[in-house]
Amino acid sequence: MPEPFLLIWRSLPQMLIGAGYTIELSVGGMIFGLAIGFIVAMMRISPVGPLERIARAYVSFIRGTPLLVQLFIIYYGLAQYGLRLNPIPAALIGFSLNVGGYTSETIRAAIGSIERGQWEAAYSIGMSTAQAMRRVVIPQAARVALPSLGNTFISLVKDTALAATIQVPELFRQAQLITARTFQVFTMYLMAAVLYWIISSVLAYGQERMERQAALPGRAA
Amino acid sequence: MSNPGPMIEVRGLTKRFGTQEVLRGIDLDVARGEVVAIIGPSGSGKTTLLRCLNYLEQPSAGRIRIGDVVVDADDPPKRKRQATHALRLRVSMVFQSFNLFPHRTALGNVIEGPVVVKGEARDKAVSRAAALLAKVGLGNKADEYPGRLSGGQQQRVAIARALAMEPDVILFDEPTSALDPELVAEVLAVIRDLAGEHRTMVIVTHEMSFARDVADRALFMADGAIVEQGEAAALFRAPKSERTRQFLQKFLRENGASDRF
Repeated sequence: MPEPFLLIWRSLPQMLIGAGYTIELSVGGMIFGLAIGFIVAMMRISPVGPLERIARAYVSFIRGTPLLVQLFIIYYGLAQYGLRLNPIPAALIGFSLNVGGYTSETIRAAIGSIERGQWEAAYSIGMSTAQAMRRVVIPQAARVALPSLGNTFISLVKDTALAATIQVPELFRQAQLITARTFQVFTMYLMAAVLYWIISSVLAYGQERMERQAALPGRAA
Repeated sequence: MSNPGPMIEVRGLTKRFGTQEVLRGIDLDVARGEVVAIIGPSGSGKTTLLRCLNYLEQPSAGRIRIGDVVVDADDPPKRKRQATHALRLRVSMVFQSFNLFPHRTALGNVIEGPVVVKGEARDKAVSRAAALLAKVGLGNKADEYPGRLSGGQQQRVAIARALAMEPDVILFDEPTSALDPELVAEVLAVIRDLAGEHRTMVIVTHEMSFARDVADRALFMADGAIVEQGEAAALFRAPKSERTRQFLQKFLRENGASDRF
């Protein structure tokens, strides 16, 4: 076997362990991020002024600062004040907060896109605001938000490479470690790229399928 | 229902949007089983009046009683919220643009209120809903999503959804205005049947001949007030107010050929 292929073959187990962390961080970050995003979206919509302003400031900060800097604040910054997080929890918190900021806007916009008539129909059959939200608005808003949330998820997969900078042994970090040992810079980074590509492609395929399944009969998807 | 007297009693109903007064102290009684048609030019406040009856629009002042539920615009917020909920359980609404829930089938739309709001057992709600869909001529469309139904079919599902709540009063907000002309008749036929069952109904409509034939009483509104009201046939045949006469004449001129009158 030629040299580069041999290297790839031998590196595969270690790289797959890294890919496992990448997927773990992505899935975890997306789930917690969605939960945060939903809460923040509710705060943005809420008529309670202070809640709305806090949510707005949060979103502005998350969107206005680099993810890398956010991760450094959580991992290195908090440690200075005695809050020493392990790399993986620190990364998970960072990604969740980041995804929360972005998806809150997606969710808010999706909820806002549901026509007033839907709320009125829900109220007219005696539903409370919470029931209307849960039974009528959210199921429709979720369909609106799905493509955008899918894109956020795929972006997140790629952004998890930043966790390498805070010692998380994920895919990119493993490539770095092997490179340091073998000096095969091109091969290893290309291999990392291909593995990211495969993960993203599988997700994109899954997203497409979900969108098709969620599409309502008689309506353009 | 223990309360004697009219089913609907409206006193001093006023609605302001900013500085504009859309309803100017409306008084209105509707008897049990009576069908009332409200006609009038656009901007006359007729739809706002209807929407105030189930508090989709919050009146600025005035009192509404439907059955034994009373809501006053001056009630404290908590009491008003409770009364509004009680009111909506008594009153169903059929909207101009149907407003079916697009993510639920026809049947799903009809059972939603009974199951989610009233806590009715699902299988009981389903069998009632199936009967109601059959009643509006859509017994075979129960599993169809709204996006696959014509406008007329959607509106008939919406009527079944309204009936499923077993309301004391049904409000119709221009139920055929968003329909293609060839679909109007099927919806009017369903409403006509309901009128025949002596349900209490208030119908805002531009279908003049329908209003004349189906309603017991017609109300002509303009500028946020009831200008004239009376037995429907009489009001259309011989309107007393000049304003009503002009409106009907103008309407006849513009729609004369299509609306037999």
